[in-house]
Order: sequence, then structure tokens, then C-alpha cells
Amino acid sequence: MSWRRFFHRAAWDRERAREIDGYLENETADNIARGMSPAEAAAAARRKFGNPTLVREEIYRMNTIGWLETTWQDLRYAARVLRLSPGFTTVAILSLALGIGANTGIFQLLDALLLRSLPVARPWELAEVKIAGGNHGMGLNQEYGELTRPVWELIRDKQTAFSGTLAWSANQRYIGRGAEMRHFNELQVSGDFFRVLGVRPYRGRLLGTADEGACPFSVAVASYPYWQSELGGRDISSGIKVYADNGLVQIVGVTPPDFFGMVVGDRFDLAVPFCQPPDGLRRDVFDVSVMGRLKPGGSIARASAAMAALSPGIFEATVPPHRDPRSEMMYKHFRLSVYPASTGVSDARETYDKSLWLLLSITGLVLLIACANLANLMLARASARGREIAVRLALGASRGRLLRQLFAESTLLAAIGGALGIALSHPLCHALFWAILPEGQTVDLRVTTDWRVLIYAGAATVLTCIVFGALPALRASNSSPAAAMKADGRGVTQGRARFSLQRAMMAAQISISLLLLVAALLFVRSFRNLLTFNPGMRESGIVNAFLGYWQSNLPQDRWMPFARELLAEVQSTPGVLSAATTTRVLLTGGSWEHGVRVGATEGHSKFTWVSPDFFTTMAIPVIRGRGFRDTDTADSQRVAVVNEMFMRQLTGGADPIGQTLRTIQEPGYPSTVYQIVGVIPDTQYNGLRGETPPMAFAPFAQFPAQGPWVDVMIHSNLPPETLIATLKRKLARDHPDVIADMSDFQKSLRDGMLAERMMATLAAFFGVLAALLAMVGLYGVISYMVERRRNEIGIRLALGAERGQVVAMVMREAVKLLLIGLPVGTALALLAGRSAGSLLFGLKPYDPVTLAGAALLLSLIACAASLLPARRASQLDPMAALRDE
Amino acid sequence: MLILQVVAPGPAHGHSIAYAIERRSEDVLLVEHGSLYPALHRLEDRGWIASFWGTSENNRKARYYRLTPAGRKQLHAETSRWQRVVEAVNRVLRPENS
Repeated sequence: MSWRRFFHRAAWDRERAREIDGYLENETADNIARGMSPAEAAAAARRKFGNPTLVREEIYRMNTIGWLETTWQDLRYAARVLRLSPGFTTVAILSLALGIGANTGIFQLLDALLLRSLPVARPWELAEVKIAGGNHGMGLNQEYGELTRPVWELIRDKQTAFSGTLAWSANQRYIGRGAEMRHFNELQVSGDFFRVLGVRPYRGRLLGTADEGACPFSVAVASYPYWQSELGGRDISSGIKVYADNGLVQIVGVTPPDFFGMVVGDRFDLAVPFCQPPDGLRRDVFDVSVMGRLKPGGSIARASAAMAALSPGIFEATVPPHRDPRSEMMYKHFRLSVYPASTGVSDARETYDKSLWLLLSITGLVLLIACANLANLMLARASARGREIAVRLALGASRGRLLRQLFAESTLLAAIGGALGIALSHPLCHALFWAILPEGQTVDLRVTTDWRVLIYAGAATVLTCIVFGALPALRASNSSPAAAMKADGRGVTQGRARFSLQRAMMAAQISISLLLLVAALLFVRSFRNLLTFNPGMRESGIVNAFLGYWQSNLPQDRWMPFARELLAEVQSTPGVLSAATTTRVLLTGGSWEHGVRVGATEGHSKFTWVSPDFFTTMAIPVIRGRGFRDTDTADSQRVAVVNEMFMRQLTGGADPIGQTLRTIQEPGYPSTVYQIVGVIPDTQYNGLRGETPPMAFAPFAQFPAQGPWVDVMIHSNLPPETLIATLKRKLARDHPDVIADMSDFQKSLRDGMLAERMMATLAAFFGVLAALLAMVGLYGVISYMVERRRNEIGIRLALGAERGQVVAMVMREAVKLLLIGLPVGTALALLAGRSAGSLLFGLKPYDPVTLAGAALLLSLIACAASLLPARRASQLDPMAALRDE
Repeated sequence: MLILQVVAPGPAHGHSIAYAIERRSEDVLLVEHGSLYPALHRLEDRGWIASFWGTSENNRKARYYRLTPAGRKQLHAETSRWQRVVEAVNRVLRPENS
């Protein structure tokens, strides 16, 4: 068997034909010479030679590759057959392409977010060092911050398990001055960061150990996108200087285009070196993530053991100051452990992980429905072609050969569908991003069609093909020719058995559709619940303004008065109804908690310091006692307003007004006694989800830890954008040094519902798709049944059956399918619901209303789909049907 | 083997090969001449013979076959093997007592 010959087989055949002709001519000439007549001579030559066609065929077979040849034949035949029914082919290919495309698209997202390795040298060697079990909320915790800088330095100096270690922390900082100020994503890195990762400079140089020094740092490395968009791709060597993070820094290099930092789904703009602040590193700020490169042949387990052995010394030497003995003991008993980090880190993972897997299974189910649909259609076609197949069998076609031919059709369909699906998946994936991401927010994921995605799509296609192609093919080739010839068109009613497979498949389809519809309804309703959920405070018409004045060089004792001045200016702006400062913006994440003691009861309570108008601004009623007044100053009696949960948990439900609460001291927050003066109802605290914790509010004037910034909540009847523009203009004029970061409160809340919105949108889309597919499938199957029972229906009508009875008879089929499919689907939905429970808001996965609604919807769809063929059956002309016999 | 032997002395075309075999075996090996061609094809495929178009003795276009070096080696190997087989068979067939 050789490919060269295979492709030249036709040329060879011509050669041989010529040669054989040559032989015959020779022999004929010889025969004539022997005295035969020309006709006799030619005949004798033929006799001598044998059958020239057989000889040629034998040589042809030698040249060709048998299975390939016949496969090619099958495919061409299949293509011809498919071209004959363009409607069927289009529906089949489209549904497959959608199914496979959706699957591949979701898989691409999943791949980019969860499975891809970091774009660094030998990512599999990277491992992260963390405290086993976390730090139990000790000190200040930053996103992706696992350890403190002092701990990192000890690890760096003492460890022997890694060939190199690195530490980094990601922060959002400001670049530029005053009104020019913009956010940028800063990546603070240890000196060895780039060397250990094995990232090479794209331009200039990257940071090294020599760049670590005293604060402020003076050099930075730009990411490729930032260099391109913000720095205009200018030549590095000409010395670009930017005012970043409060100091002038020089850009010394650019990282390669594929290096986005360590956080998947995020990207850094500028990387700057760690620096030593003049007053030393803080031991209570957990802001760095520490990673190491395993030594060749080293293992996670061995590195983990080594780090655990180092832990006592490291933690003993870095105890944070001003801790109570219990926290100190806990800190000293922390143990370091090592975890694989080849795929980097990502918070987005936790947010989307479950959703994406769920979506992948949903799209998988949609594909399954599409397959079932196709299988049904193919089955119907196969039985319609029963006579053709019977004839072929009778003429001696082998079953295997026939099977292959039928299979070729599904292969062709699947291949085209798959190819289209792959082509569709990329735009689909991007549309997904585009549809679900709020404006201005970027999730920087590298979504590319790589071999992994292609393999996935290919596997999906092959699987699809097997699922929908094998059954009908097997079914058809198993028919006995005699029976098929006899039965076709002749029998009065098709045997029950012939339909059983289609029925079963249709019922399965109905149950899966129900499952998907339930999922769709659940997620849509959950999203709606979230949108309409009342968190106990005003959401709309609120602007949140973060004002920073650390560039104004104010002395520390001016920070608090300046915050109050800024608030007064905001309050006097036209259109502002009320405004208040707060130390925590509610509902948007983040939390501040103190240990408290009320009488003999000990517990924890959230703490927020707010200015007097806060409750009015946020429309939180004070249900007992009073709110705050301007007379609550830094020098007056410390007072607090608590919520009902506080009352229930810490004062035993008794009226708390007049009682005192004492906070347990923390660094910067001395133990303080507050007198409780008011009670507010329970509101949500740091998000829409979750139980309300005990909460306490205290006057802003009495806040012990004011920094050079303040958060202001502004209630206004102006559109938020207008108000933001007005305020920004005013601030830029009066206080050019003040950084203003403002947002529409309601919009930020909505943006926080990204995962829910994605689930709702996509689940709804796929639910509708599933229902549509089920509808098409049911319509097809019922139509087919009606077609096959034409004779029977004709006879019934001729014998005097009412048209209504015929409709009822056909509809009974659909109802039977529903009666099987719906309970099974409900059971499936209940089973599957458990995994979705945590993604739902305000309803349970076994929500009866949703289940009933989905079942009702599907029943309606099913009835609509079968009514059409049923009506057609009842309008049958009995004479025509019987004459067709 | 037979074909190889026939084309060993010099190039020959299909028609003459067929007759050559018939003649040499003194009509013991009589086959349909057509079955010769697949055999030729197979031999050519294995690289033991090579073919070219030429003009036959009576001025007709014909495809000529000649032995390649690999074919010559093959012929040698096959012939000696055949001889051994024949001798072995003969030894077995020879009466025991002689």
C-alpha cells in the first residue's frame, strides 16, 4: 500500500489498458499470420488473454487502498443524498454547529481561565507558599496577599527547597497628578521576580535585585499593552518618565506581549520593585504572594515539608505588634505549606469556576438534544429508505458495507457541523464577553483557539457523530430484506416495535429539555431576585465618591477637618439632596470588624463610622432612639447605633438603648466604650448575599484612624453621570490635588452581579434553544408517525371516525411522551439542582413554582408541535390515503 | 521467478514473456496470458523489474520489461532456494533402499 500509487492509480490504469491493447493487437496479428480470419484471430487472442477488465481491476485493486477508496465513494454518495434534502441538511448542520460551537466556546473560556499555564518558562515547576489554612483574618489582608513582607524576606533568605523564590503583590494605584490622575494596575515584585520566572525583556531591561532599595522606587517596567496604549510604544532608551504611585519613575523596559502578570483574568500595567519604607516593613499587612521554582527533581511534598520545618523560626521572628496573647499564640503556630501554581492565581476562578462547569454541562446537554433530534430524523429517513436498503441487501451488499454507507452520512453531517461549530465558537466566545461584561470593565483573558480547544471540539464532533449516527445505521442494516420489502407501505399499521426507539429518544429529549428549562428559569428568576432584592437601603440615585488627598501634603491633624470640608462642599453642590461620609461603602465588599463586649456578652460586630446624614442619605430608618447629630464630636460622649441583629445577638433581645459596648483594642483602634443611642433594622452588609451580621455605626467625627482620604455617599435627583461630571469639574477647579474616583452606586452593584447575569443570560439562551430543538424533534417524530399511519387513519376515517377523534389519537402520542418525559426530567432537575444551589439567590433549586412552570411551558410547546401534524392527519382524504395503497 | 528468468537476458514485452514461459516449460505451464500482467505489475512495484515503452519487432508500441539489479539479486536468491527445495523434495521421493 503506498500513497504515491494511490494517487496515480488512474494513470496506471490507463497505462495498463494500453499495454493490454498492445498484447491483443500483437496476438491478433500473430493469429492472422497463422492463417486465421481477422475476426477469428481477435476472438482467439481474447481467449488466450482472458478477461481484460478483470485483469485491469486486479491491478487497480493492487494500487488502491481499499477502505479509503470505498470510504471516498461512501462520502460522495452521502453528499449526494444530503444535497437531495437541503431542508433536513440545513437543520441538521445548524443545530450541530450551534451545539458544538456553544460547547467549544464555553470550553475556550474555561480553558483560558482555569487550565492554561502561566506564560513563563517551565510553569509546572512553580509553587506557591501559603499558610496552611490561611491566616484566620489576622491583620490587614490584601487581594492575593498570603504573607507579610517580613515573612517573605525570611523565606527568601532561609529556604533551600526552591532553586529560586519570588514575591509579588498586585495593587491599584494612581498615575499622573491631580485631575490627570488615572488608575493603573501596579505589580510590585521582588528583585528576583523576572529572573526566577524566566521572563525575558521585550524592550530594555527587566527589574533585578539591584532595583530593590529604599522607598520611593524610581524604576518601573511596563507591560506590552500598557506600553502600546498609554506610552504610545515609544522608544524606551529615550527615557520615559511617569509620575506613578506618588513619585517620578523611569520606564526601563517592557515585558513580552504574552506576559500578563500572575493573575489570570487580570493584567498589570507597570511592574515596580519592592522598596523599604523609611519606618520599616509592617508585620501585620498580608500583601504578598510568595512563589518558588522547585529544584529539578524536587516535589511539592518535599518542598512543603521543608517549609513546614522552617515555619516556627520564621513566625517566631515576625510576630505582629500589639496583639492579644491568643492571636500571638495562633500566629506563632502558623505553618507554611506549598501548593502547585503553574496556572497562576485568580479570584475570577472562584467566581466563575462553578458557573462555567455548569454551563459546559448545559451546552453538553443541548448538544445531546441536538444529537437525539438528528438521530430521530436519521432514523425516520432510514426507515423511509427501508426499501432501498432491502434491495441493496437482497442484491448482496454486505451489512458492514451498508452500515458504513449510512454512517458516512452522519460523519459528513458531523464533520461539517463540527467545522462550522469551531468557526462559530470564537465569535461566540467573544460575544459572550461582550454581552456580559459591563462597560469599562475588562477581563483580560487570552482566549485563543489552540490545540486543546481543537481537540475538545474534535472529540465533541466524533462523539456526536457516534451518538446520532450509530443507532439508525445499526437499525437499518439489521432489517431482513424480505420483511422490509413486504412491509414497506403494505402493512396497515407499523409495528409498535419500530417506534419504540424513537419514542424512547423523544421522551429522553423531553426530559433533558425540561431539565434545561428548569435551569434557565431558575437562573433568570435568581437574577431577577437579585435585581429587585431590597438590601434595606437606597440603591438608586446614589453616587459614591472616593476622595483622596494624600498629594495635598496636609499634616495628619488636618485630615479629619479636611474630610469634613470636602463633605460640606459636596453638600452645597446644586442637585445634591444629602451627602454623608462613611469609612466603608456598604454592599460592595470589604468589611471592618471589632471584637465587642456588651455587659457580660462577648462577640463580634461590624463597625462603620458615618457622618450625621448617612442614614437619611441611604434611606435607612432609625427605628428606635436617635441617629447621629453634629453635636456628636470627637470630644463628646462616644455613641453608637446598632442593628437588630446586634440587639438579638449581643443584648439578648433587650432594648439596647442606654447600654454600653466596649470594643477590644486593635492596632490603631484603642479599646473604646460607646453608648448605644439608636437601633436600625437589619440591612445587608458587604453584599447582597449572606446573612446580616451584627452591625454598629459610630459618628465619623469619632473615627480614630482617619487617613488622607474619605468616601462620600451622595443622594441626588440628578442623573448620576451629570452629578459626577459637575462634582469632578468643581473639585478640579478648587482642589486640583484631590483625587476623585466616583461611581454610580447602583451600577457598581449591578456590575457585581456579573456571574449571575452571565448564568441567567446563557441559561435562558440554552433553555430556549433546548425547547426549540425539542419542538422541532417532536414535530418531526409525530409527523413521521402520522405519515406511517396514513393507511390506518384513512381506514378509520372511511369507517366513520370523527376528525376530532383522529386529532385526539395523534395527540395521545404526544401526551404519552410527555407523561414519560416530564417526571424523568423533574427527577433529573432535582438531582442536578443540588450542584446549582450555591449559585442561586433567593430561591431553592427545588423551587416548585419553577418546576411546575417549566413543565407547563414544555407541555404547551409539545402540544403546539404535535397539533400541526395531528390536524394534518384529520384533514386526510380517506379515499386518497386508501388509493395510495 | 519465472518471469524474472525470462527477462534476465534482455528486455522483453508482455506478449513475448507469455510465449517464452509457455515455450520454455514445453507447454506444461499453460495459463491465461492475462494473469501475467498483474504479476508483472507486482514485480515492478517491488522494484525487481523496470518498464519502458518501446517498439516491438513488428513495429508496434509495446511496454518492455527488464531486470533491475535488485531483481537480479532476487532471481539469484529465489533460484537457489528453489533448487534447494527441489533437491530436498527429490531426496524425500527417492526410494529408501537405493
